[in-house]
Order: sequence, then C-alpha cells, then structure tokens
Amino acid sequence: MTQACALDDIASAIRAAHDSRAALRIRGAGSKDFYGGMLAGDVLDVSSYRGIVAHEPTELYVTARCGTPLAEVEAVLAEKAQMLAFEPPRFSGATVGGCVAAGLSGPRRQQAGAVRDFVLGVKLVDGTGQVLDFGGQVMKNVAGYDVSRLLAGSMGTLGVLAEVTLKVLPKPVAEQTLVFALDEAEAVRRLNEWGAQPLPVSASFWHDGQLWLRLSGARAAVDAARRKLGGSVVPQGDFLRGAVDAESHWNSVREQTHPAFAGPLLWRLALPSTAVAPGLDGLRAIEWGGGQRWYSGEQEAVRGAAARAGGHAVLYRAPESLRCREGAFAPLSPALLALHRRLKKSFDPKGVLNPGRLYAEF
Amino acid sequence: MTSPEPVFTTDRAALVARLRTILPAHCLLVDEEDLRPYECDGLTAYRELPLAVCLPESEGQVIDVLRNCHQLGVPVVARGAGTGLSGGAMPHAQGVVLSLARFNKILRVDRAARVAVVQPGVRNLAVSEAAAPHGLYYAPDPSSQIACTLGGNVAENSGGVHCLKYGLTVHNVLRIRVVSIEGEVFEIGSEAPDAPGYDLLALLIGSEGMLGVVTEVTVKLVPKPELAQVVMASFDDVAKAGDAVAAIIAAGIIPAGLEMMDKPATAAVEPYVKAGYDLNAEAILLCESDGTPEEVAEEISRVTEVLTAAGARDLRVSQSEAERLRFWAGRKAAFPAVGRITPDYYCMDGTIPRKRLAEMLGAIAAMEKKYSLRCANVFHAGDGNLHPLIMYDAAKPGEWERAEAFGAEILELSVTLGGSITGEHGVGIEKINQMCVQYSTPELDAFRRIKAAFDETGLLNPGKAVPSLHRCAEYGRMHVHHGDVKFPELDRF
Repeated sequence: MTQACALDDIASAIRAAHDSRAALRIRGAGSKDFYGGMLAGDVLDVSSYRGIVAHEPTELYVTARCGTPLAEVEAVLAEKAQMLAFEPPRFSGATVGGCVAAGLSGPRRQQAGAVRDFVLGVKLVDGTGQVLDFGGQVMKNVAGYDVSRLLAGSMGTLGVLAEVTLKVLPKPVAEQTLVFALDEAEAVRRLNEWGAQPLPVSASFWHDGQLWLRLSGARAAVDAARRKLGGSVVPQGDFLRGAVDAESHWNSVREQTHPAFAGPLLWRLALPSTAVAPGLDGLRAIEWGGGQRWYSGEQEAVRGAAARAGGHAVLYRAPESLRCREGAFAPLSPALLALHRRLKKSFDPKGVLNPGRLYAEF
Repeated sequence: MTSPEPVFTTDRAALVARLRTILPAHCLLVDEEDLRPYECDGLTAYRELPLAVCLPESEGQVIDVLRNCHQLGVPVVARGAGTGLSGGAMPHAQGVVLSLARFNKILRVDRAARVAVVQPGVRNLAVSEAAAPHGLYYAPDPSSQIACTLGGNVAENSGGVHCLKYGLTVHNVLRIRVVSIEGEVFEIGSEAPDAPGYDLLALLIGSEGMLGVVTEVTVKLVPKPELAQVVMASFDDVAKAGDAVAAIIAAGIIPAGLEMMDKPATAAVEPYVKAGYDLNAEAILLCESDGTPEEVAEEISRVTEVLTAAGARDLRVSQSEAERLRFWAGRKAAFPAVGRITPDYYCMDGTIPRKRLAEMLGAIAAMEKKYSLRCANVFHAGDGNLHPLIMYDAAKPGEWERAEAFGAEILELSVTLGGSITGEHGVGIEKINQMCVQYSTPELDAFRRIKAAFDETGLLNPGKAVPSLHRCAEYGRMHVHHGDVKFPELDRF
C-alpha cells in the first residue's frame, strides 16, 4: 500500500505503477469498496491528501483535495447556509474524490441534478503520472472538451481526481415533508403528474405502500404546495419523541440506512420516470420521481427487464460470489465498448488505474 | 514534435462525383453562387468557401456522406443554422459542409415524461413552442433562439440568460444519437438517469462538431413557472453593481436571470427598443424571479432589499408581463442595437469570477483608449459571463486587426483573472490561439488524444477548437518575441 500525502506522492506512485505495469487500486475512505467491479491492485491511499483549498460563497464554488471528507466540506458550506445540492451519500467518511469518481447522487438528484452537473473543474493525475487541470471555478466554460464532467462516475479508471471544484447552492429557506398512502403504480403516476407542474418537490421516496415527498424552497412556495398536495405532514424536528422526523428520514434515505436498503443483494434500476413496473419481484424502494428503483434478491432477468423499460440495471451491492461473475454495470454495445477502451487508453495507456472497477474489459 | 497543421488536398471532381452517387441532386450544392451563403457563420470576419454543401434528409444519407468523406480523406464541417459566433461552422477550403437544416422535425413531445425528441435542425424556440400546450418548456435560451438549432446548441453547449438557475445545454439534454466519421451510429445517454459507462454526453456536448455528427436529440422539458417578474436597478458605479450581484448570491438567492448592461450598452439599446432604461446610470441590473406567485413575491422583496442596501439609486419592478418583456427586450436586442450604431462589432465571450467584474471593466476602458475603439458591455452577471461588444469599421484599414487584438487581450485577461476564454460561444476558429493561453501542453495533448479516440484521421472540423502543438508554439513565440507589449505597432493609432 502507498499512502500519498502530497500531489507529488500520487504522481510518483502512478509513474512507478505505469513503468512496471502494476495495477493500482485508488482508495479514499473505502466507503464504496462494495460498489462497482472487483477490487484489484496495490492500494494507493489518497485519504491523506486532504483539505479545502477554497470556498467562495458568492462565486458558488468549493475546491477540495480528494481525501477531504464530504462531512468536512458540508460543514464549511453550512456556515454560509450552502450545500452540495446533489446530496451524495456520506456513508462512513466518504471523501470528495470518491464521491465524484463513483458518481452517486442522493435524494435531491431529480430536482437539482447529478454529481456531474455540479463538477466545475478537476485536477487529474492521469495514468502516466501527469498532472492535468481541466475546467475551473467559473459556472460557464466551454473551452476544450468537458473532461471534468467526463470524470464523474469514471470510477477512478482515467486518473486520480486529486482536486475537485464543485458548484454549491444556497440551502432552501424552508422544507416540509408529506406522506401519502399509495401503491407502487399510483405513486409513480402521481410523481410524474406532479413533476409536470411547477411544484417545489425536492425529493421522493416510496417504500412499502408509503410515498414520502419533500418540498423545498421559499416558505410561501412550500406552504402553497403543501395545501395543494394534501397528504400528512411529517414533523421537521424530533420534538415528538420516538416518532420519525423528516430530517432523519431523508438522512436515512441518503445514507441508505433505511430498512428498504437492507439485505446482501441490491439492484439499482435507473429507468425513465414514467416506466411501468418492469415485472420483477423484490421492489424495495422508488426514488427520483420514478427514475431510480431498488430491488433486492437474485434477479435472473433484471438486465433485460430494465433495458425493455428503457433503462439499465446496476448490481449495486452483492456477495463476492456474485460480484466476481456478474459485472456491476450494464454491458455496453460493442461500438461503445471500443470507444471506452480508446478513451481509457488515452488517459491510462498501460491500464494500471482501477482495472476492472468500471468494466472487466479494461 | 511541432509538425505543422495537417494539410488536406481534395480531388474536387472525384469528391463531387462520389457525393452524386449517394445524394439526390436537390441535396447537394456545388456551384459557387450556392456555396457562398455557407462561407461563414455568425462570425462574419472569417470566411472560407467549401468544395460542396451536403443537405441530407435522412440519417442513412448522413452515414453515407461521412463514410465516403472518411474513405476519401475529406474534411467535414457540420452546420446547423449558422448562427454561431466563434466560426465553429466556418467551412474548410478542402472539405464539405454537412448541413443538418433539413432535420427539422419534432419527433415526440411527452408531457408525462417531460421530454422532447427532436432532430438537430429544429430551432431552439420551436421546442418550447411545441411544449407550451403542456405547460412545459426547454430551458436554455440563447439570444439567437428564434434561429439557432438544437444540433448547434449541443455542439456549442449553448447557454442563455437563465443558465444560473436552469443550467446550460449539458444540464438539459438527456440523450443524443451521433454518427462517427466512420459512419457508425452511437446512442449516448438515455431517458433514464446516469447511463452506464463514461459520461460521453458531457464530452460530446460542447465538442464543436469535432467528435461526431448529431442526428437526434432528447431534451428535458421543465414546467413553466406560473409567474415571472423582473427588478430593474440602476447604479451610478459599475463596481457597486458588481458588488450587488455578489450580495444577491450571498443572500442565498439564485435568480432566474441576472444580467448587467453598462452605460454604452444602454445608450445603444434605449433608442432602439425604448425599454425605459436609466440613461444616466453607469450600469443597470436586471434580476428576474420566477415560480409561484407567493414565491416570486417573497423573492422580489428580498432582492429589492439587497439591491437597496447595495446602493441601487433607482429600482423598478415589472408590474405586468408586457412590462417584464419590455425590460428584457433591451437586453435581448443588445447585439442588433449595437449593430445599428457601428458598421461592425466584434462580440467577446469571456467568463470571470463575478468579484473581478469591476477590475475587468476598468481594464476594458483602458483598452478602448489603447486600441482607439469603443466597447459596450453586456454581462450574464449571474454566471460571470461577459459579452464586450467591440465596435469597429471593417472598411477602415487596420480597424479589424485592432478589434481582433482588443478581443484577444480581453480573453487573455479573463484567463488571468481566473476565468475562461469562452462561456458559451465556443472556441471555433476565433479563440484558437487563446486556447494556448488557457491550457498548457499536457491538457491540450489530452484533448488531442480524446479527439483521436473518436476521429483518428482528424477529418471532423479540422483546425477548430483544439489548437495543434505547432500553432501554440508559433503563438507562444509571438508572445515571447513581443514581450509584455503585444502588437506594439498598434500604438501608432
């Protein structure tokens, strides 16, 4: 294992791996070791390359080194009533670099956008140990290809995201959570119906016959929407001892500690929000207005069912026995796979960075 | 390493003969008088006549054109409406223009799913018009939206006046169909979130026709807000106006639009549109709020408070939709209005951190003296994207060269201040030298490798967006040679 404390350490570790064609496994807090393809290679631990480089509240960005815990970034943002609007899971100590590399977004994704929508710039150490700067701190920048966003969700296969600049947004002034008793089909129908109206819906979560809906925005807008939508209001704080309050509910969805996410085998289906139920057993939860649906258990037909519904399935969490024979992500067409290989080669010619973590083929 | 720009030599007769076998006569232009309208895009200072213009009507024909050009080694420049401002669609003298103008059908508008599937030649505004009966619209609204096409928007990652809240093209496109130079079709992205693999959609959007040709676009539609209102504030100092922008953001407000115009800009616009602008103000700010009536009322009152505290000397809130549109009319008509008071103008597109605005405007004022040219400034203040309009007369010897040098200095200062040479217009041919300033060799090499991963022989829009190593070396030498004082001969004017 190599512990990198400085940018030079990261670069020289990669250079050495490149020269000897030795696989490296890039690791922040390791909170997402369960996610993606099988882990391979010597650990390059970048968790010590940490710290917030800049936070400019009025420019709406924060720049942090890859090993900085998300919690630390969010604490600094909170002082100025700002947030990472894509609400990434923090799990146990998740870092900024891992957050962007894995590309996982949380409950607010459907309203605010995904991780990639908030990436403004990245300092990348590529597979030859070269340090490259893409993007920057400004909101609009169309000079050159948008490599920074390409890196979101690349699972560390194109380089170490040594430093990342993220767009930040003000926290909403008001939030309210409503609950409705609805079956799966009706929940999906209502979510899409609401989605087509100018309502301040910032998160949705269906589980076991209950649809939770979060409203965020100006106080007047939230109040007006609450009156329009009905449902029962969930208390914001935990003043009712023992009852579930809204904040801890959404936190349990974001961190996936809610019972809906329990179990050793979990599939994540990304579908068009209006997709009818894909005919699989084991539905655990629906998020993102119908766009993200969670299923548990062995699912022989899941990839085909997701594709027929216009989406794709991710083997999100599984025992090693399954992970080593089933890829995490939906297979690519031969033409797209060839393109992926060429891109991979252009950043990591010897294929030493996180091999197999995105696709077994590279 | 510093090999010169790739040279293409095309056998015109052989090319035309080949194109005739794959396109019907009405889909192919080869006579000079027919080619002339295609010699430039919205950046008219750069012109080149192509060998032929292809106007395919089906994806099969697009594939055939690309496949054959690939076989013959002929450059291909894709083109939408030709409204681009960086010369991205300027033809190649040894190549063909591939116009997607006939791909003008809206294939699907889905209210429940809030998506539209359109062909690349569909105009930006037409998408919102088609979605309007469903209470939906397509958010990115470049000022050329009545003419510019979705295909061009994808190529340039177009913005507009509502980007800060609603995002750029990259935030609003879900899926594209792309044909590679080899004639292979790719589906990139999907209506489902987070398509598997690398985020190629992000890479393709804004790639300026260098990586593939788009034949279909699926966009996200968003619900039309119930109400929009705009506050117009005037300031007696541009620095104060800049600080007011920061104060709005610091108050936790993300307005639907936040625009600034300086005195020369309002002076040009007011006689043209009669928007009611304060002509004595050094700068005016337009701040739009949208949402439910309750939400708008709450936000407008907060914005008014912040602007007053920031020293606005006059504040007006639009009281009707007609008045709101009139306040905006001046901003949206700024380019043509400036076009009325000068024979030619040259529009820049740098982005800077908002807090450096006053500094940038001060520097531009000094450059006006240095180059003996006037400049009006309109500014997407909310996202730091500045559009200085440099006024010149192409008929006067030396004026265009001075305008070009003036523009280059603004762009390079944008980089120095921590910004970018282009926020939404693209690099094209116009800012190709400044790419050597914004990026260093390793990043430019990475861009070239990405280009090669999609288009190994470099036939798609050659010479644009990403400069060759040779070009940067030349440009660098010029910089070193002249030292800090660039273009010293200009001081004579």
